[in-house]
Amino acid sequence: MEILMSIVVGILFTSAVYLILSKSLLRVIIGTALLSHGAHLLLLTMSGLKRGAAPVLMDDITSYADPLPQALVLTAIVISFGVTAFFLVLAYRAYQELGTDNMEEMKGNEPND
Amino acid sequence: MSLLHLAIVLPFIAAVFVPFLFKGFRSVHTGWFVLLVPLALFIYFIQYMPVTSSGQTVSQTFEWIPSLGINFTAYVDGLGLLFALLITGIGSLVVLYSIYYLAKEKEALHNFYVYLLMFMGAMLGVVLSDNLIVLYMFWEFTSISSFLLIGYWYDKERSRYGAQKSMLITVFGGLSMLGGIVLLYLMSGTFSIRELIGMSDQLMADPLFIMAMLLVLLGAFTKSAQFPFHVWLPDAMEAPTPVSAYLHSATMVKAGIYLVARMSPIFAESGVWLWLVAGFGIFTLFWGSFNAVKQTDLKGILAYSTVSQLGLIMSLLGLGAAALHFDTLDDNMYMTATIAAVFHLINHATFKGSLFMMAGIVDHETGTRDIRKLGGLVNLMPITFTIAIIGSFSMAGLPPFNGFLSKEMFLTGMISVFELDLFNLNTWGILFPVLAWIASVFTFIYSIKLVFKTFLGKPQFDKLPKKPHEAPIGMLISPLILVSLVILFGFFPNLLANSMIKPAVESILPSLTDAGQEVYVNIYFWHGFTPELFMTLGIILTGIIMYATLAKWQGIYNRIPERFTINGVYDNGLEKGESGSFRLNEFIMTGYMRSYLIYIFAFFVAILLSTLGVRDAFAIDTSNLAEIRIYEVVLALVLVAGAITILFAKSRLTSIVLLGVVGYSVALFFVFFRAPDLALTQLVIETVSVALFLLCFYHLPEISRKEERMKFKIGNAVISILVGITVTLIGIASYSNQSFESISQYHIDNVYDLAAGGNMVNVILVDFRGFDTLFEICVLGIAALGIYAMVNFRGVRRQKG
Amino acid sequence: MKKKPNDLILQTVTTVISFIIILFSIHLFFAGHYTPGGGFIGGLMTAAALVLLLLAYDIKTLNTILPFDYRLMTAAGLMIAVLTGAGALLFNQPFLTHAYDYFNLPLLGETSLHTAVLFDIGVYLVVIGVTMTIIQTIGESE
Repeated sequence: MEILMSIVVGILFTSAVYLILSKSLLRVIIGTALLSHGAHLLLLTMSGLKRGAAPVLMDDITSYADPLPQALVLTAIVISFGVTAFFLVLAYRAYQELGTDNMEEMKGNEPND
Repeated sequence: MSLLHLAIVLPFIAAVFVPFLFKGFRSVHTGWFVLLVPLALFIYFIQYMPVTSSGQTVSQTFEWIPSLGINFTAYVDGLGLLFALLITGIGSLVVLYSIYYLAKEKEALHNFYVYLLMFMGAMLGVVLSDNLIVLYMFWEFTSISSFLLIGYWYDKERSRYGAQKSMLITVFGGLSMLGGIVLLYLMSGTFSIRELIGMSDQLMADPLFIMAMLLVLLGAFTKSAQFPFHVWLPDAMEAPTPVSAYLHSATMVKAGIYLVARMSPIFAESGVWLWLVAGFGIFTLFWGSFNAVKQTDLKGILAYSTVSQLGLIMSLLGLGAAALHFDTLDDNMYMTATIAAVFHLINHATFKGSLFMMAGIVDHETGTRDIRKLGGLVNLMPITFTIAIIGSFSMAGLPPFNGFLSKEMFLTGMISVFELDLFNLNTWGILFPVLAWIASVFTFIYSIKLVFKTFLGKPQFDKLPKKPHEAPIGMLISPLILVSLVILFGFFPNLLANSMIKPAVESILPSLTDAGQEVYVNIYFWHGFTPELFMTLGIILTGIIMYATLAKWQGIYNRIPERFTINGVYDNGLEKGESGSFRLNEFIMTGYMRSYLIYIFAFFVAILLSTLGVRDAFAIDTSNLAEIRIYEVVLALVLVAGAITILFAKSRLTSIVLLGVVGYSVALFFVFFRAPDLALTQLVIETVSVALFLLCFYHLPEISRKEERMKFKIGNAVISILVGITVTLIGIASYSNQSFESISQYHIDNVYDLAAGGNMVNVILVDFRGFDTLFEICVLGIAALGIYAMVNFRGVRRQKG
Repeated sequence: MKKKPNDLILQTVTTVISFIIILFSIHLFFAGHYTPGGGFIGGLMTAAALVLLLLAYDIKTLNTILPFDYRLMTAAGLMIAVLTGAGALLFNQPFLTHAYDYFNLPLLGETSLHTAVLFDIGVYLVVIGVTMTIIQTIGESE
């Protein structure tokens, strides 16, 4: 399972990086969202999967899934939401101000002499 | 924190209040408030004099970063106290002088006095710190405040140039010195100067010893404007004259001298030290005095003269190290050199300080410092003339002023080289007295020129921007006090002998006094018909002749093309460096975010893969894998399909739907992986995100992809596949290499006992790692505010622009 | 979102459902210490309910129904979190040390009260505040 998930994460990263490198601003943002999905799964995978019950204390259970990566990922999910929202607004404000969503045309508009 | 520490940081504390005093008491010159600080400190430090002159020291430790061996240890011995008194004493006079020099109506006094106080505190810190890291910190503080003070009139181009130059050179030296300090730490394991002195024998044998010495000397030489780093000092003269008098002649430039003196016990037994310090010193002495003669700006002459005098002190300190190779002190003539160094240090501060103030007065009252326009001021400014003549005769080494005494001792020190059979000094050593003599001749010439061209000669008042008159009495007080000291020390040099010079010399050469011997300091005028006396007579005669024929041989100064001067090298180097960096910057920084991302991803792949390869870290451990269920495979396929299809999505709505597919699949995976909290969060977030995307679509255009060419696509594909492979390998490798126990078990075991909770993830979030969460919600808050600001404050910029 | 045709059914259903969701989210929030849930999830769930209302009606209506200043809510949440952490300093404990004890409360019986819940309330408020600030800001902008 861990190896399967590593490959899935690799594919997620590949798609995400490809999108981030493209020219359309919206695709870049979708890319970052995909990248965070990949990162969350990677974090969980690295610590080993399905090693026991959900990390909620119960009687008679001694083996729990690792709670630490889960806590980290929970934080990361919420943060990535904030970041995505920020990117989106940045993108549409940039589009309104500059009149383009093409990354290539968004270079610094002052010529470097 | 003892009273001593408080004294060192008092100027910093006082600096905080300066702007309020400036704003609050407009009618009173801010300088009057500031004056209290150095005055109080001077009185405070005077009290240490009996302590140090009886051979004792005071040390107070305030723990700062004890785990790294960095403690703020304030240490008062003869040398430190001498400097502390110079800093506060000259500081008081300079502040007093500045009150009349800088008009309270026109000048930005709140800036000026903040910088000045900052410098004062930093300088006290340098000379009273035992810990090298603390010393370094204060050292850089002096560089920064010097930079700010030189650039005080920042609207002048020359000021900015001079400030930048001094900053670049002294900070370069400072960083080298830090390197030297670190090397010393590597060798000895301590930052304390006193502990290092104790280990000097052991350090000598270390292979890093020479390297550390060179780096430390680089710091000292740049700060004390030794050849070839002296070029910053003349350009530093753009600072207001009180600053030049204070920083660039009396105190800051002597920090390098202080460092050499302070480190002498560690390094001085080495022959390299002696040759370097004495050699650079004597050449700087010659070069400075030679160049001073050609200057036409009053402050320019004084700047080069300062360079040359610093070289003089440096060379004396270097030769003084020879004393370490002799056992007896009574007739040890090499002691003379060190004594002369300390004595001249004091003398230079007095006469050079007064001369700078004199130059400031001339500038202030006539409007120019160009000696070609000045002349005949003696009748109009008699008091200033008196100051000038006493100061410059002392500088020229004429009796009966203090400069004569220290110059005689300097010559004695230089002649003594002949009798030294150490480190090849008996062959090449002849250069020392010869260069010393030539330099003294030039010193005599520029000293005479300084006074005569300004105050005597033909009056040409029509060329002056202002109608000259004598300066106000307040401006004259400080230089008058200084020239009185020149005369006083000239007639009664032994006032200083046991109170100041002897303790300072003892701290420079502690190994000799530790052996129970005493330094004997006795300075007097008449030595009989010694070689020194004849040399002085020769200097005066030759000097007068050469001054009279100045016009005939002045042409030699134009022989050196501008490009080959050190200034030319500096300017060229700076220009080349700037244009080179600019071109590099142009090349790398295209302004196109994709290039930056490609650099980042390329380095990501290269560094991680090569680490995996080099450390042989890649491994696959199949022994403990979780089992795969068929529905998990199906879900994985859905996820992958979603992620890949996004790449080919034509419309933005499709992209968002596909992103949602990926997101919900991830949420399902969280369920499989026994993470209910994550699954819940992911589900809700995914829903809100989709709403968010839809809202933003209202403002954004449709995805346009038509201009992407094939090459572009292939390049992106290669990089993204490489990143994907790297991540997969890292994932497998890090799962397989569990090289140490996870800290998770602690959380599982203690969740009920310590935090009284059942849901470990939530307990970790709010309790065990509450700090992370606190920062996280801060970041969220910032993101929300950022969005709010971006959307709602758009009008502001447009209205302004 | 501007020109909504007849969406009476949506509006009626949403009013009921979002109320249920909010109640559920409050349950999730309080349950978070022992079972899945907590400040993040509770806050997000509440925000989701509000977003649902927002979709069914429009921003102005929502503002009249629930006249909260969400930026103020964010700030208040942050302050509660920081103050809870700082409270430990009064007892000479490191920042963010939590304490708990068991109390006998009327109606509820023996209940454990925990300062971590206070901290979580901060998180809860920040999450609602941030999410709603973002959505509202974007929705309001022309």
